Order: sequence, then structure tokens, then C-alpha cells
Amino acid sequence: MLFAVTRHYLMKKLFSVIGIAAVIALMAWAFYQAMYVAPAEATMGDVARIFYYHVPHGMLCYLFFSINFVASVLVLAWRRTNPARALAADAWALAGAEVGVVFCSVVLITGPLWGRPVWGIWWTWDARLTTTLVLWLIYVSYLLARRFTAGAEMQTLAAVLSVFGALDMPINYLANRLWRTQHPSPVFGGDPDAGLKDPRMLAAFGWNVLAWAVWGLTVLAIRIYIQRRQQRIDGAEALAALAGD
Amino acid sequence: MSVATIPSTGTKASWTRLVLTHLKKDLRIEWRSREAINSMLFFSLLVVVLFSMAFDPSADTSREIAGGVLCVATLFASVSALNQAWAREMRHQVLDALRMTPSNGAALFLAKVLANFFFVSLVQVVLGPIFFIMYNLHPLGDAWLLALVIPLGTWALVANGTFFAALSIRSRNRELLLPLILFPIFLPALLAMVLSTKTILTGDDSDPTLLWIKLLGGYDIIFTTVSLLLFDTVLQAE
Repeated sequence: MLFAVTRHYLMKKLFSVIGIAAVIALMAWAFYQAMYVAPAEATMGDVARIFYYHVPHGMLCYLFFSINFVASVLVLAWRRTNPARALAADAWALAGAEVGVVFCSVVLITGPLWGRPVWGIWWTWDARLTTTLVLWLIYVSYLLARRFTAGAEMQTLAAVLSVFGALDMPINYLANRLWRTQHPSPVFGGDPDAGLKDPRMLAAFGWNVLAWAVWGLTVLAIRIYIQRRQQRIDGAEALAALAGD
Repeated sequence: MSVATIPSTGTKASWTRLVLTHLKKDLRIEWRSREAINSMLFFSLLVVVLFSMAFDPSADTSREIAGGVLCVATLFASVSALNQAWAREMRHQVLDALRMTPSNGAALFLAKVLANFFFVSLVQVVLGPIFFIMYNLHPLGDAWLLALVIPLGTWALVANGTFFAALSIRSRNRELLLPLILFPIFLPALLAMVLSTKTILTGDDSDPTLLWIKLLGGYDIIFTTVSLLLFDTVLQAE
């Protein structure tokens, strides 16, 4: 019995170690592609390589905020009929918002790092930049609001708040399509002459999207796992307090 | 729970009656105390004076910044009033009583928004002329458009503010939480409001005023609809 439990534990450890090693290897490969294989950009030179980090993070932050939105809608749908499932969905919503904020922060940091040498300024209040900052602020306020309230009530209120955050996402996505902005036009689905022409650039871009997506989803999974354990501890403590009365 | 379950033929009429009853109650309470309007008025007047001290505006710069100052002054002033709007219902468990009545949350919400909209608009009507005098304003664009921009912006502020005040009422530090949630979500509307006011005052045609007004109108419609749909959830959250 004890042996079986130990073996199960060891297998789980082994799989996590292999998994994390695979993620790190993938990220290293993507880094190699972006820094050494892809050619330097014709006009901007090496500074344009930041694009392989900036754009994938921008794309992926939508993914994680969407996970937060879908999970929040599920919390609202299940909060009466199936509280246990709503609790699980809430863990997904929290993890989605946290990982999304990390990705959005990377977008906001790498953007100015590119803007300073290319535009000559760190920041400008153009539509794309402003709406991205607003998106980041909304989700930071979502995370703050979660800390200000407690219990099942907080989950419902946070889910409602998340719906409002999701309303800003389409505005952000369309910002450099609706307005003429200083921010470069969309790489994909924009003008016919925009986009990546060199196949090595496209490959480096693809590898980075994949690597950061896998990294983000791994962190998301770990965060959900921790949150589920925290929920179980909180539940057990509440039960113990009730039994003690 | 909802009005529709009441066996009556005039479902729509009863919804309107609910809104009117709530609205009348709110207006009467405010008329008797005048807490919200007086404090908002004094506070926004202070902000306007502070900004004019901080920037020492000439005629040209005042046109540039006046819209923003007016919007921010109303924004800060409204937050305190919006916090009070629901805190008032907490006394004597009025909010719990409202949750138990067979009324619907959306009606309650709409009445509260209308009442707050009325209060903030009243403050703006008083503040507007003072503001024009103190900043030596003389609009160079189509001034009548202001009659469209200001109410639309105020509605955006009040609808969101009332909603998030109800959301934050049950948290610790609720006075602090409301601006933390409200400001980021209100930002697009603030931007549209400030930019359209600026174009109207400076008469600068390079920025399309109508686009910003349309954006503001769209924002109002979307956010009011979502608030109306979700308000019952917030009210009944436990």
C-alpha cells in the first residue's frame, strides 16, 4: 500500500520534471530561432527582434483573458445549480486573470523598449497603447477587488467584473484597425503588404508563439492546482470551525 | 422573483411604476438632506479652483484643458456621492428588504441611476457658468454639441458608478474599492468625453468630434445594457 502510494508520487514527480524540462527546452529553441536564425530586419536591424516577444505576448494575453471570461461566465451559470463546479471555474478565472496580467505586463514593457530606439519616445497616448494600458488596469483592479472581499460572494462579484473587462478586449483588438495609430498596423489580417515575408522570420515567430503559449498554459495549470488545494484547505477549515462550535 | 411572475396584465406598467417609486424615494431623501448635491458641488468647485491655481491657464491653454478639468472634477465629486447612494440603503437593512421584495433588480438599478444622473447634472448646471467665467472660456467650435457630450459622458459615469458602487458595497474598504474598479472601466468614456469637449472648445477640426460622440453613445448603450442584465446577480450575491 505504502509502496504503491510512493510509486504513484514518484511517477507524478517524474512526469512534472519531464514536462517542465520540455517547456524549458522549447523556450530555448524559440529563443535560438528568434536571436540567431531569423535575419535582422531591413530598416530597424536587431531591435526588431523584440517583436518575437512583444506580439506573441499580445496575442496570448487575449487567450488568458478569454479563459478568465469563459470561466467567469461558468461561475455565474453554475453558482446556484452546481457550487462545486462553480468553485473549480473560479480557480480557472483567477489563474487566467493572473497569467493574463503577466503577459499584458510583458507587452507593456517590451513595447516602450522598442519604441524608444525606433520612435524616439518611450510612450505615446495613441489608441492601441492607451487601450492596452486600460486592459491591464482593468484586470489589475479585478485582482485587487478579489482581495478586498471574501467567500462565495466574492466569486460572483469577480465574475461580474470580469464581464466588464472582457468588453474592453474587442476595443483593444480593433484599436489599430479603427484609428490611424502610431502603433504599427496589424501583422496578420491587416494590409496586404504588411506581415512577415521571410519564412525564417515566420518560423521564429511561430516557435515563439508556441513556446510562450505552452509556458503560459503550464503556469496556468500550476496556478489552478494551487488554487484548488487552497480551496480544499479553506473548505476543511470552515467545516472544522463548524464542528468545533 | 421577477415582475413577470406576478399574474397581471400590465407587466410593463408595473416595471415603470417600480422605477418611478424608487426614483421618487431617492429624490425625496435627497431633497430632505441635500447631502449629495451640496458636497458634490463644493468638492467640484474646489477641484476647479485647484486646477486653475496649478496651471494658471491663459485663454488658449484653458480651452485645451477645460474639458478635462470639468470631467475630472465631476468624476471625483461623483465618487463620494455614488458611495453614499447604496450606503444609505444599508442602514436599517433596507437593502436586504429590497432583495426580498418581488421587484426586479434592473428596475431598482435604473431608478438609482436616474436619480444620480439628475444629481450630477444639477451640479454641472450650477458649475458650468462658474467654470466658463473662471477659465475665460469662449468656445470656438459648435457649442451646442456640448449639450450632447456632457449628458452622454455623465450617463456613462453614473451608470457604471452606480453599478460598481453596488458591487463594492459588501467589501472591506468599500470607499477605496469603488474608484479602483470604476476608473479603469470608465477610462474609454472619459477619453471620448475629454477629446470631444476639447475639439468643441478649440474649434479644431482635425479630430472628428462626431466619431468620439458616437463612441460615447455606443459605450453608454453597451455598458448600460450589461449593467441592467447583471444587476440582479450583484444584488443577490451571497
